[in-house]
Amino acid sequence: MNYMDGFRRLEAAVHFRARLAGHGRALAGQGRKVHLMEVCGSHTMAIARYGIRGFLPEQVALVSGPGCPVCVTDPGLIDVAITLAGQGVIVATFGDMVRVPGSHATLAKARAAGGRIEICYSPLQALQLAIHHPESEVVFLAVGFETTIAPIVAMLDTAMRQGVANLSLLTAFKLVPPALDALLADPDIRIDGLLCPAHVSAIIGADAYRPYAERHGVACVVAGFEPLDILYGLDGLVEQLVTNKPCVDNQYSRVVKAEGNRQAQRLMAHYLEPAAAAWRGLGSIPESALVLRRQFARYDALQRHGLTLQPGRHNPRCLCGEVLKGKIRPRECSLFGVACLPEQPLGPCMVSSEGSCAAEYKYEEC
Amino acid sequence: MCLAIPMKIIAIAEDGQTGTVDLDGVRYAVGLMLLDKPAVGDYVIVHAGYAIEKLDTAEADARLALFVSLAEVYERELGQEVVWVAPSPPRGHGA
Repeated sequence: MNYMDGFRRLEAAVHFRARLAGHGRALAGQGRKVHLMEVCGSHTMAIARYGIRGFLPEQVALVSGPGCPVCVTDPGLIDVAITLAGQGVIVATFGDMVRVPGSHATLAKARAAGGRIEICYSPLQALQLAIHHPESEVVFLAVGFETTIAPIVAMLDTAMRQGVANLSLLTAFKLVPPALDALLADPDIRIDGLLCPAHVSAIIGADAYRPYAERHGVACVVAGFEPLDILYGLDGLVEQLVTNKPCVDNQYSRVVKAEGNRQAQRLMAHYLEPAAAAWRGLGSIPESALVLRRQFARYDALQRHGLTLQPGRHNPRCLCGEVLKGKIRPRECSLFGVACLPEQPLGPCMVSSEGSCAAEYKYEEC
Repeated sequence: MCLAIPMKIIAIAEDGQTGTVDLDGVRYAVGLMLLDKPAVGDYVIVHAGYAIEKLDTAEADARLALFVSLAEVYERELGQEVVWVAPSPPRGHGA
């Protein structure tokens, strides 16, 4: 059994286009245009790759939110990682982070200058690095939303059980619900419906979106990443809006439970506690980060190496912050496709494999 | 960072913390400690080297059946072959 191909059936996709067109006529009759936001980088990429925007009537606008943890990371974090690499520490991180601009340079530049930067696909590889290099300090640049936080904390748990003493985390753990709260509180941003992230929701649960439907009247659908999942999700969102009955509809119940992954939640709560964090584009948001609890300070790279995190310097012409809030489309940035290209990105949204600018450049006609 | 494709557990280590998953003959070692009682034969979703949730195969089959029936109904109504508009090929100078 292959659980992939069946979610890509062409004829069913055409069915959803017809349904969405019907919803579009209903909205036109009501004199409305609705704005839907997807807040997951993997949705952003799938929407671009499968040409999903071409299925939507003109009454439905689909904008990307802050769905990529690499994109929302403040350049100050890169600055600290570069400092650590300059001190002889082995810096381990996910591939996209290497090309994200800090205030003055990237980790790729630090590597060219002799710094030891290792790319990992799994946090377990950072643990292996620490085990195989007991003479060195290893810092894992731990960037991620809930989906990635859980595996990293699981790795930390294993490291502690195995008594690995030369590994620490430079954390930039961010939480999706506080970012949604900040977006919905911004009077300049209009969101009628949320295409809720598939795998963040696997950790936090579909019930996490109930306040948005019940308090803010925003339609919410948890959807998977396959093209039919996304079309079905968009159809569900627009139907909620046409009938004016906003709720949380979990259409990815084959993976996402109402309460989420309790085991992952317990592990995260054991090691981490909430804190404020700086988000690219959104500024500082209270309780939007998770940081190591005080009793685990020896695994906190900042404390262990006596460094502090300072806000970094942004390229003033880079509009990634506006893209991340859905205020502009990538092509509205003057750097897009001219000075800022996938081969030489100036902003994180062009760097990341899940970034809005990279998705638009790679797959969509400009 | 997100492998959304369900993979099947084919082996579990003695301590239950790690295992091997298979996708069409390609095998990966993954962490299993975020799952409640993983078992050989379970389908799992893998993210950053860890299985983050099991796939409910009954739910997956039900959703697949819905899409199959939608496709059949639409093809019958339309009475002609349907052409998919995507995925569009990546632009040559892209990543």
